[in-house]
Amino acid sequence: MSEAEKEDVYVLADDSREAVFVAEGITKVYKMGEVEVHALRGVDLQLYEGEFVVLLGPSGSGKSTLLNILGGLDVATAGTVRYRDHDLTHADESALTEYRRHHVGFIFQFYNLIPSLTARENVALVTEIADDPMSPDDALKLVDLGDRLDHFPSQLSGGQQQRVAVARAVAKRPEVLLCDEPTGALDIHTGVKVLEALARVNRELGTTTAVITHNAAIAAMADRVVHIADGRIAKIDTNTNKKDPSELEW
Amino acid sequence: MRAIHHKLLRDLWHMKGQALAIVMVIASGVALFVGQLAVMHSLRVTRDAYYSEYRFADVFANCKRAPLSVADRLRDVPGVDVVQTRVTLRVMLEVPGLNEPATGQLISIPDNGEPQLNDLFIRKGRLPGPGTDNEVALVEMFAKANKYGLGDSITAIINGRRQSLRVVGIVLSPEYVYALSAGAFVPDDKRFAVMWMNEKQLAAAYNMEGAFNDVSASLKPGASHAEVIARFDDILKPYGGQGAFAQKDQVSNWYLANEYKQLETFGVVVPLIFLGIAAFLLNVVMSRVVATQRDQVAALKAFGYSNFQVGLHFGELVALIVLMGTIVGTLFGWLMGEKLIDLYTDFYHFPVLRFSLPGWVPLAGMAVTGSAAALGTLNAVRRAAALPPAEAMRPEAPPNYRMTLMERIGLQRWLSQPTRMILRQLERKPMKAGASILGLSLAVAILIVGMAFVDIIFTLIDIQANVVHREDVSVGFTEPRSRDALHEIESLPGVEYAEPYRAVSARVRFGHRNRRLGIQGIPFDTRLNRVLNTDLEPFDLPREGILLSRVLGDSLHVSPGDEIIVEVMEGTRPTRTVKVAALVDDFMGISAYMEIGSLNRLMREGDVISGAYLLTRGEASEALFESLRARPAVASVSSKATSIENLRKMVEEQLLYSIAFNVLFAGIIAFGIVYNNARVSLSERARELASLRVLGLTRGEISFILLGEQALLTLVALPIGFFLGYWLTFAVMASVNSEVVRMPMVLNTSTYALGAICVIFAAAVSGLIVRRRLDRLDLVEVLKTRE
Ligand SMILES: Nc1ncnc2c1ncn2[C@@H]1O[C@H](COP(=O)(O)OP(=O)(O)OP(=O)(O)O)[C@@H](O)[C@H]1O
Ligand SMILES: [Mg+2]
Repeated sequence: MSEAEKEDVYVLADDSREAVFVAEGITKVYKMGEVEVHALRGVDLQLYEGEFVVLLGPSGSGKSTLLNILGGLDVATAGTVRYRDHDLTHADESALTEYRRHHVGFIFQFYNLIPSLTARENVALVTEIADDPMSPDDALKLVDLGDRLDHFPSQLSGGQQQRVAVARAVAKRPEVLLCDEPTGALDIHTGVKVLEALARVNRELGTTTAVITHNAAIAAMADRVVHIADGRIAKIDTNTNKKDPSELEW
Repeated sequence: MRAIHHKLLRDLWHMKGQALAIVMVIASGVALFVGQLAVMHSLRVTRDAYYSEYRFADVFANCKRAPLSVADRLRDVPGVDVVQTRVTLRVMLEVPGLNEPATGQLISIPDNGEPQLNDLFIRKGRLPGPGTDNEVALVEMFAKANKYGLGDSITAIINGRRQSLRVVGIVLSPEYVYALSAGAFVPDDKRFAVMWMNEKQLAAAYNMEGAFNDVSASLKPGASHAEVIARFDDILKPYGGQGAFAQKDQVSNWYLANEYKQLETFGVVVPLIFLGIAAFLLNVVMSRVVATQRDQVAALKAFGYSNFQVGLHFGELVALIVLMGTIVGTLFGWLMGEKLIDLYTDFYHFPVLRFSLPGWVPLAGMAVTGSAAALGTLNAVRRAAALPPAEAMRPEAPPNYRMTLMERIGLQRWLSQPTRMILRQLERKPMKAGASILGLSLAVAILIVGMAFVDIIFTLIDIQANVVHREDVSVGFTEPRSRDALHEIESLPGVEYAEPYRAVSARVRFGHRNRRLGIQGIPFDTRLNRVLNTDLEPFDLPREGILLSRVLGDSLHVSPGDEIIVEVMEGTRPTRTVKVAALVDDFMGISAYMEIGSLNRLMREGDVISGAYLLTRGEASEALFESLRARPAVASVSSKATSIENLRKMVEEQLLYSIAFNVLFAGIIAFGIVYNNARVSLSERARELASLRVLGLTRGEISFILLGEQALLTLVALPIGFFLGYWLTFAVMASVNSEVVRMPMVLNTSTYALGAICVIFAAAVSGLIVRRRLDRLDLVEVLKTRE
């Protein structure tokens, strides 16, 4: 990246903090036989160090697609995506694997826990391949599951499973945390617990966090809210008055 | 242990039923592979050590009578190392308690002790000394069978005179590992003795002083067998030489070599089929495992596990199963090998025959299994490794169902809702249904192959007993006799009908290839000695020309119409060209047949016979045997009942064990396939079926949907299995065929039926197991997991 370009980025960023993600003009087209599905139609977006961003939008608007591209699970059809000094657009499969391994924590809507592993082992699965992880026990304590270490996913409630997923995502101290509807399958009470865990990690570890949700109420706890509609960014709101998860009204 | 390895072990435990089934299938293949190859290895090592330590000769020859000075000319043949001349003599023995005559082979040993070639292993006692009267060393099998010990006497009829021989040693010889008396095809320990006697005494008794009628030679390294044999034939020709032959054509060694060939087939071809099936099963199961773990693969990848690590993870699962299969299989193979070696010691006589399992055998087993497994699972593992994580996160698209053909042509009125589900399921995934049907039909086929040997072996015995050998007794003369001898025999007590035969030892040549064999002369209208092909139909004897076994024809590269050269090794030793009239697919030995008159014309000998086949009135009587034994012209008498009994005994003791192992393993495989099939479809449908239960369908109804599908698949698989079974049997038979025996292709209806019943039974048992699982289907559990 040239000096001029860098400056350009800073100007665009319109913020003194460093941009962790810089996405420019990304589009994603799925070809299904004859039909082309345009999931993203030119998205420009920056995410800054340590911020908590909520992505809002109707079903099918392209939120998951965007998050997957940021997380290196998928590649854009066109446009560029940078994560710090990594170019994700032209990275090959093994570079993306390295990127995910060292920088990103994922939380999925359906938890995606390994059913044959206990809570502790599910976390260990990730810490074993990370550079500077916390211990699985500490990670689970962080999400209030210190007493459920040796339970299998089938022995946990949905909310508990999602918190294991949070612990698994944060245990390697990732620089970014990407969450796809982490509370989608949960009730208010458990949803709040999961969000509290996320907020705590964001606060204490300074992890840049992006959360997809259908639930507009959750937007109140974000630094910024990105509205997505029909594969484009409709608008971005900045929250001046950030709420604590426990104050959210569902 | 790392978390991913915990996952590995728990996944394995989770699929333990299926894993066990596959482990057993692999173990079956490996057991056969390891067992048979280890037996072969043990036999080979033992044989090689025995041959070299006891100086088994390279070239053998017989003649009528040659002066000892001829031996020096044989020694001068280039390439020859050691020459050992001997006097040998066939005699009749009188063994108390045996009413049928026993025959003995007397062989001389040098006056100064140890033979230079074909040395004897002394089990007990010593070799007969020089000068002492009528001492013999007796072969161990005969001693055991008739309970002869050191110091006992045997009565032999030598040159028409009764002589009493005293046993001073019990021995074994490398020439008689498989001890077959001339003309027999199964060893008869009770009625065939080999005895070694001091040369001077034997020569004196047989008027062979200063002469020999048997010679063996060892060759220098690199010497050409063919050239030595040709030179020997030239030198021995004036002395009634009967054609020299190499070690590979020596009877005992030839049988041993053919046994190796069979072991090789059973040890390689059959296990390969089994392992192929194991690979197929692994493929089905691993594809299923990868499909159910899509979301887990996605999570692993999202957290930075590389494609390679994910592939490795599933590869390790396969490797564990293969490893367990190999270990279990090696243990089974070991047990089986020891059992087989035990059986071999009854038929192949070595000083010691110990089972040994060289390390390369299980390693090779593992390599073969590993390759088969790798081939079978490469696709599934690669699919897991290549699964794009973003896509794996999304649930699989709902399957595309449509009306089935049957419904579209308007039959739906007749089909219940569950029946429609079964049919749609099958039509929607034809590949899947195809794979299930293939698996089930392989189960039927493998059972048929296993049991086919029983049909085939017993057919073979039956044919030998009732179709080929219709005689009750066969008699061989010491020398060809005129036809009057036949009438003489016909008038013996109890003889109803006698049919002559002529046997001429000859070497047949075509181009640069040649074989030494006996040409059989048979009357055109034979009643007792018919030639059959492998379809078990009588083959008409040509009036002119010669009829050859197809294996013989193939080994000489001749076709019908070709002219072969026949060098007769007896009488006036004519050399003639004879037209090959036909090749017959017969099933035992290598044979050449001619019409007896045409053979005698070739010999220019007039109407002579070598022996006769007899039909007796009722059972052959002691009186008949007595009067046959009393005739000096009679060299051998054998009763069919006894030889068939021997054949049956050998088959039952030896082959049936191998077959039992085959059937056992085939059964395991059949069950493994069927069980796996049911389990895979249960895992695929569990969610759907649980939803139906939630909607209010009864257990019986959902069982019907799943098991009805299995039953339908099984029914379709049966006829395909019959077809596959037939061809698989055919292929295995073709690879087992040797010069000793060609298996006729017979499959009884009952074998097909039994194969079908076993698979239906396995299907029913698997169905019950699956049904029990369905009954305990935890609705909440199944619905909670996304898939
Ligand atoms: N693998 C795929 N193949 C084809 N089309 C796809 C694929 N993945 C996503 N799409 C399409 O792309 C569009 C955006 O999908 P995406 O999953 O990003 O939506 P979303 O905003 O996350 O929706 P939701 O809130 O329902 O999860 C949709 O129209 C979807 O059908
Ligand atoms: Mg989504």
